[in-house]
Amino acid sequence: MSSVLYDAPGPRAKRRNVVLSIVFVALLVLLLWWVWRTMDDKGQLKWPLWEPFTTAEAWTTYLLPGLGNTLKAAALAMAIALPLGAVFGIARLSDHRWVRVPAGVVVEFFRAIPVLLLMLFANEFYVRSTDIGSDQRPLYAVVTGLVFYNASVLAEVVRAGILALPKGQTEAAYAIGLRKSQTMTGILLPQAVTVMLPAIVSQLVVIVKDTALGGVMLAFPELLNARSTLAANYADVIPSFIVVAVVYIVVNFALTSFASWLEGRLRRSKRSTGAVLAPDEVEELNPAQTAGTFGTGAGGTI
Amino acid sequence: MPSSYATHPEAREIVFDFLQGYDVLGAFWMTVKLAVFSALGSLVWGTLLAAMRVSPVPLMRGFGTAYVNIVRNIPLTVIIVFTSLGLADIFGVTMGTSDFKIQGFRLAVLGLVAYHAAFVCEALRSGINTVPVGQAEAARAIGLNFSQTLRLIVLPQAFRAVIGPLANVLIALTKNTTVAAAIGVAEAASLMKSMIENEAQTVAIGAVFAFGFVVLTLPVGLFLGWLGKRLAVKR
Repeated sequence: MSSVLYDAPGPRAKRRNVVLSIVFVALLVLLLWWVWRTMDDKGQLKWPLWEPFTTAEAWTTYLLPGLGNTLKAAALAMAIALPLGAVFGIARLSDHRWVRVPAGVVVEFFRAIPVLLLMLFANEFYVRSTDIGSDQRPLYAVVTGLVFYNASVLAEVVRAGILALPKGQTEAAYAIGLRKSQTMTGILLPQAVTVMLPAIVSQLVVIVKDTALGGVMLAFPELLNARSTLAANYADVIPSFIVVAVVYIVVNFALTSFASWLEGRLRRSKRSTGAVLAPDEVEELNPAQTAGTFGTGAGGTI
Repeated sequence: MPSSYATHPEAREIVFDFLQGYDVLGAFWMTVKLAVFSALGSLVWGTLLAAMRVSPVPLMRGFGTAYVNIVRNIPLTVIIVFTSLGLADIFGVTMGTSDFKIQGFRLAVLGLVAYHAAFVCEALRSGINTVPVGQAEAARAIGLNFSQTLRLIVLPQAFRAVIGPLANVLIALTKNTTVAAAIGVAEAASLMKSMIENEAQTVAIGAVFAFGFVVLTLPVGLFLGWLGKRLAVKR
């Protein structure tokens, strides 16, 4: 392993690296030992607390339905937010100021406020103004909050995806006599969808993570909420946290890996224009070129 | 009629009646405190993680990579709830205080730092990659070692290149402080929750809190965007 930041280690550097490794391992072991000791003291290592996870019951009664609700909310939010985001993203690229500016204001506003506020507000709105049953209401509220926030983030993704296409595509479309709307729907949008696929998939990770908010604040029965019911039953606080964290990591890691696989595949593809929007590139577009954001930023991937 | 709220105190009372008895500014002050402390903490911890990820010691590189990949894929809500139910209740981490409120605040900061440091680390690492190879090679050629190369040559340039992405992390952090409501920290989101449940003017309350967050995030974004352009290394 070599890097531009340091030379290939000589005898002294090798010795220093070994010493550093030993110190670092010692610190890590100390930390792990403290964790292990405390867990042992509090009885969190006892097999009865871990055993439920080896049986089908804990999974079929608590965790899998919870994960199902998490994925259901995430899928619904993505399915509704994507077309909405596309509309706003295209509106922000409009030649007409009266379309571009209001769309920009809406997008920047919903990107600037926390998704939790949107969920809480949606929940209260459904309580007062609709007769959605209390068992369905958390799902509606969570999905509504996620849709408003993620549609505005996806609007930026769509805009960036269209802007990432080579200018020649638009020029060629105009040259063969297509109108602006034909160019958008027939030429730019179909290509932009492939360009922004990786960014969309990684936005799904954000949505999956944000559903957990609904579990704590709105009692939406998703994975984190299922954990507390499970822990109330088996009294296994730490084991249940670890198992739930691992489930989240597996789901999100799979999504992230899929996104980067897609990105690599699209970059190599000979049939496309070669333009790809990596998940972290959306924010790095030149603001002058993209007609400027108001500076609320997004942190869309966090 | 040129009536204004300032000249008609009763009018102001009627319009902002729903704010009576609630400490909205206090709640937002708590949000600001959460954001500032967590921002400082995650910048420090994130820089350390980034240094580990590019260091010559394979173990540290492995630790940095593992940390970032694990933490980024866990919801912040899980981490924050764990600091309360796991760290405080089971591991007995009291954060040096017996006051329940202060303890909740410090635990929330700890959780926010642990989570956002992973994003700071990734932003910085992409900044390190933008520093031309020649800079590090020249630093090594004049005999600087790894930590000198990183501290004196590479990181100062990397920081200037990533002010934009770092600003996005800080803005996201400001918004994510609302998750602290999950462990009962009395910040803006938890106040809004109790206010919209008890008052009639739902929309007005929602607008006040939304406006508060726009006020908090907008100047940060504009200032850091301006700073990023000003400090960008011209190449």
